[in-house]
This record gives sequence, C-alpha cells and structure tokens, in this order.
Amino acid sequence: MTRNGLIRAGLFFGVLIALPFFSTSQWLTNMFIFTLMYVALASSWNLIGGYAGYPSLGHAAFFGFGAYFTAIVFTDSVGYGWSPFLFLPVVGISAAIISIPIGYVAMKTRADVFAIVTITLLFMAQTLAFNMHKLTGGAQGKGIAVPSFDPATFGRPFYFGMLALAALAMGASMYFRQSKIGLSLSAIRSDEDKALGVGVQVNRVKVLGFAISVGITAMAGGVWAYYEGFVYPQFAVDPLITIGMVLMTFLGGRATLWGPVLGAFILVPAQQYLSYQLGANQFYLLAYAAIFLITMLVLPRGVIPTISDKIWLKKKQREAQA
Amino acid sequence: MHLVVQALILGILTGGVYALMASGQTLIFGIMKVINLAQGAYVILGAYLTMSLFQWTHIDPFLLILLTTPLLFVIGAATQWFLLRPLRPDDAVELSLLVTFAVALGLEGLMSVLYKTTLRSIQPGYENHSWTIAGYQINEVRFYAFLLSIAMLIILYLLLQKTKFGRAVRATVQNPMSAQLLGVNSKLVSAFGFGLGVATSAAAGAVFGLITPFNPGSHYDLISRLLTVVILGGLGSIGGSVIAAMVMGIGAALVSALSEPVWADFTFFAVLILVLLFRPQGMFGTKARGAL
Repeated sequence: MTRNGLIRAGLFFGVLIALPFFSTSQWLTNMFIFTLMYVALASSWNLIGGYAGYPSLGHAAFFGFGAYFTAIVFTDSVGYGWSPFLFLPVVGISAAIISIPIGYVAMKTRADVFAIVTITLLFMAQTLAFNMHKLTGGAQGKGIAVPSFDPATFGRPFYFGMLALAALAMGASMYFRQSKIGLSLSAIRSDEDKALGVGVQVNRVKVLGFAISVGITAMAGGVWAYYEGFVYPQFAVDPLITIGMVLMTFLGGRATLWGPVLGAFILVPAQQYLSYQLGANQFYLLAYAAIFLITMLVLPRGVIPTISDKIWLKKKQREAQA
Repeated sequence: MHLVVQALILGILTGGVYALMASGQTLIFGIMKVINLAQGAYVILGAYLTMSLFQWTHIDPFLLILLTTPLLFVIGAATQWFLLRPLRPDDAVELSLLVTFAVALGLEGLMSVLYKTTLRSIQPGYENHSWTIAGYQINEVRFYAFLLSIAMLIILYLLLQKTKFGRAVRATVQNPMSAQLLGVNSKLVSAFGFGLGVATSAAAGAVFGLITPFNPGSHYDLISRLLTVVILGGLGSIGGSVIAAMVMGIGAALVSALSEPVWADFTFFAVLILVLLFRPQGMFGTKARGAL
C-alpha cells in the first residue's frame, strides 16, 4: 500500500468512526448503516465479480443465509446486546464453507453460465425460505429479539458493525490487489485457459475468492437481520440486493478498491431519497434499471477508472509538452 | 399408476410451452452468444399485453398472438439495436448479460407500476374446461397451448431452414466473420434474430398467462426454469432445447404429483447442478458451443 493510499484509507475510516459522535440524527445514522452495508456488500462482490470477472447474481442467497442464521439463533423473547455481533464470524465461516461445493460446481462454467447458475441459486434460496416453515417461519417471517441498546443511540452498534464489515471487505479487496490471489484472479479474468496453462491454480483460487466474498456478504446479512428485527423471505433473499451490489460495483469501477465504495455512497443515499420521495418500491426498480443501463452504455468501466485514465492522459500530455 | 399417467400428460403439455419459450432463448444465444436474462420478463410482458388486449377487445387470446408477436418483435429488435449493439466488443459477453438483466428489471418495474403486483391471469371463459378421456383429464387450454407451441416451433424451423433470412441467421451462427464476408449484414441479422427470439415470447406469454397466474415478479421463476432447459439441451441447440423442455416438463410434473409441488422447482435446480457436473455441454451442445 502506498503512503497516499494509507492516508486516504485513514481519513476515510477516521471520519466514519468519528461521525456518530457528532450527530445522533436517526435518519442520518440509518442512511449510513445502509450505505456502509452496501460498501461491504459491493466490495465483497467485487472480489469475485470484479477481480475474477465472474458476475455472480446469487449473492443475495448468502445474504439471506446470514440473516436467517442470525435470526434462528437469536430468536425473540430474550434481549441480546452485542452477542449477535460476536456470533458473526460463525455466520461468515459457515456461509463460506457452504459456498465451497456451490462455487466448485458453478465455476466449472464460464462467466455467462455462471450467472445462470447463481441466479437459479438465488431463486432456490428464496423458495427454501418460503417453504421451510419450521425453520424460517415461511411468509410470516422470523423475528429476532429486540436488542437491549440505549434508544437514544440505538443505531450506533449497527453502524459500527457495518463499518467493521466494510473495513473487512475493503481490507480483503486491498489484500487481493497485492497478493498472488488477486493476480491469479485477474489472470483468470483476462484468459482462463492461458492462466491455467501458466500454472495458476484456477479452481482453487476461484472457489477461495467466492468463499471469502459470500462469507462477508452473509455477515452483512446477519447485522441487517438484527437491525431490522424481522426477516421476511422476500426482503432477505431479494434480487434487489444482488442488483445493488452489481450496480454499485460497476458504477464506481469494478476491480478497483474504491469503486464499489464510491458506487455505494452515490446510490444508497439516492435510493433512500427516491424511496422517500416516490414511496413506491416499483419506481425505484425502474430507476435502478435506468441507471444500470446508462452505466453500461456510457461508463462501462465505471467512474474511477474513467477519471483516472483522463488524469493519466493529461499528465502524459503535459509531460510531452514540457 | 393413474397419478403417473396423469402427470405425464400434464408434463408433456407443459413441456411444449417450455419448448416454445426456450427456442427463443436458444435462437438468441445461437446468433449473438448472449444469454438473454430478460427472456422471462418478455414472456410476462407478452402475458400482460394479451391480458390487456383481451379485456379491451374480447378477441380470443389465441388470436391476439397475431397482434402481440409483431409488437414483441419490434421491442426485441429495438433492445438489441439500442442497448446491446453499442457495447464495446472486448467485454461484450459480460456486459450484455448484465444489460439483459437490467432490461428484465426495467420491464419488471414498468409492469409493477402499470399492473401492480397482484396475481393476474387471462380468463377467456374456457380456461378451466377439460376433456376426460379414459379417466384422464386433459385441460383444454393446455392442449391448445401445446398445439400452438408445436405450430410456432414448426414455423420457426421453416423460417430458419427455408428462407433467405434463415440462411443468413444460420451462417452468422456458424461463423459471423465469414458470413459478413459473404455479404450478410450481421448487424441487421443480430437485431432481427434477437427480435425473432423475443417475438416467440408473445405466444409463450399468452399461453403462460392462460395456464398460470402471474405477476411482474414471475419472470425470475420463469428464467431460472428456462435457463435450466437451455443448458440441459445444450446451449445453442434448438432441437436439444425442445427435447430438454419435454424432459423437464415431464420431470417436474412427476415430482410435483408424487411429492409436493414445491419440490418441482428443485427438480430444475438439481438437474442444472447434475448437468454442470457431468455434462456441462448439455445433451446436444457441442463443446465449441453455438451449433444450431
């Protein structure tokens, strides 16, 4: 990590850690909880969707897994404090373990068929959540104990929970960029056959990347479930969650560290504002689709790579003139 | 035994409908090497269009297909021309996949705004009629739907085999570069082919709306079934997808009759996993992919 990079990350997290102590405004905290959740989600999606070029459309299945796992372990009636947060590593590791056989099968295919398998997985997870009544409560949903936090700063623990997950996801992203895993994944993205030919452990790396990615996603699901207090199949295993992750990563710039973060910081506040203004859920499906299409057509590489290319070009031009 | 035969009948009839949906999907994949994640949404759009037109004009839904097919052809061709054609070629496969996904979302959003999310169905008055032959129930609508699907498949086959356009399409599928060198306008063929693939969802949608209640979110259900069918048949093989549709239709009907309907969905997922594990190219797909 360069010095500039360290300063940037230090500033980013410094401001975010200090923020709740300056404002206890509820809507602001709520908005940041969701923004940070999507920073974590999009950054973790980027690990496999960005670096490896395997566009998973099924991450919401693991988000739902994390949400239900947490909800089932901490069912209503007793007030829990921080313990669901301490339980998160178990949620993450379980999701990662479950994802190994799934990843192994799904990644026998290339990008396009992979998307099919994962979208089917998403649908199956939702069907399971609707139908395993004993475990998930079916369509009636599953309640979690109300946390025993001070009402005045109720959102704060969730804020820090999501912030920690965002840091974890960004840390993983950072690590991927500098390590052999990241290199192997980008080799896979450029040309999987060649990567295999030069001795990249293609299968192992892909499955590992997938496991880390969905592990973080599941943990975010766990915090989300505890925050919401109630888990319904249509919200916990929601295609919109997957879409959010993909869209934010693409908008900000995939296979970059800050792209997914920027995407989340643009889209989540916009979405909250839109749903406040328009109310209806259906309209922001349309808005999502429109932003998605515009991003693909106008900024297919995302904001950050496009801008940094421009800056680089300017610099070169200046150097050439000098 | 009665139960099994009844399930077989139902499965064959439903399989025909899946075959129609899957043929459009396969055609699009063959020409453009793009998996169209919006195919399910186009089918639902077809269903809503048929429903609205039927409520408005009271013309039989089966006749309305003559109206909705050209409409969906235009919508499909426009999608290709405005949203897929401009994509940069170096990562076109991944991007076009996501573009079709975005189109599916947009259509879902649009239909949710226009029609809300309550379950609807097309009710021409005879949707519950059925014949009883030797103790077995044959639902009238499903039977017509089956016949229609077969007819559409035959038309599609003739179009691809006997017309100049069909020849251009097949040439593009086999080798886009040589086709272009031989004077095939591959941009137009792509747009027309995509339009044609989407146009099949007009008939498929009408039929789907007649046999199942639907809402804008139904396309997820449809697309995951469709994709399983397409993969089982072998990507790009229309014949393969027809056979796969039959296999899946019958399989799902049997599972649903012998256990619970919920597990029918899992039949699809299980088959998808098994195919990917043991025969990733599907029943009739070539390793190179793209044979029609």
